[in-house]
Amino acid sequence: MAETARRISALEGRAYQGPGIALNPAAPASRLSLRAPEASLAALSKALGLILPRKPKTTAESGKRAALWLGPDEWLLIDEGGADLTVLCAKASALHSAVDISHRNTAILVAGEHTEDVLGAGCPQALSLARFPIGAASRTVFGKAEVVLWRIAEDAFRIECWRSFSYYVFSLLEKAAREV
Amino acid sequence: MLLIHCPYCEEERPELEFRHAGEAHIARPENIAEISDEEFQRYFFIRANPKGVTFERWRHMHGCGRFFNAARDTVSDRFLMTYMAGEPKPDLGKAGGGAVRSASRKGTPA
Repeated sequence: MAETARRISALEGRAYQGPGIALNPAAPASRLSLRAPEASLAALSKALGLILPRKPKTTAESGKRAALWLGPDEWLLIDEGGADLTVLCAKASALHSAVDISHRNTAILVAGEHTEDVLGAGCPQALSLARFPIGAASRTVFGKAEVVLWRIAEDAFRIECWRSFSYYVFSLLEKAAREV
Repeated sequence: MLLIHCPYCEEERPELEFRHAGEAHIARPENIAEISDEEFQRYFFIRANPKGVTFERWRHMHGCGRFFNAARDTVSDRFLMTYMAGEPKPDLGKAGGGAVRSASRKGTPA
């Protein structure tokens, strides 16, 4: 009988649970790096079924799909439903660049009352609720790795990082979580 | 930690997210194939390197990824102001003697 290949997540089997903090790998999702000028946004928003945010550090969500503002002409799209986002973008004839990065990135969910403290161990940004409200997202650094932070709840963040950095990011988070 | 105002992100961010990118407002000669070696040297290698206020390019490398310009005092390492790439060199005298940090909206001090 033929064996079928099984895709193994970069963080498979890793998790940490401590008092007031939980670290878990996020479920697989399809992701897209989208770059487009202002004039293309209406057509792309229509094709993707959500309005691409234009304000710095904001996000837009629609069902299982989300668009994170990364720069004035750059967005990170995450679809936990696994939709092929490049196909959706191709329906828009407006000028844009869409690169599938589903397997370049992986994500870690950090939750619990000590979330800000644990993230603060490696991230120099202000993470208080006033400066980084629910729904805010930003590219930044965590330790030596570049990450995208997305606050999904008052005490929960999603950290998107490159899969090759994920072991380092998870280990640093776990080290910080053990010390809070 | 030093905080730098990014004119594209419209807020102050920690310096770790930024990279310095050399002196600002250096125009590439339009007739670059015709200029003399001395003129090319002046354009390509020679920088002002002043003690005091300098205008520099910075890149928000681990943020929005954009290049922008900043006026910085090389003695105190204080950022006097930042502004979007392509905007003209601001007159710091008019901007309040260097006390302005974040007057970086489009169109402000031209």
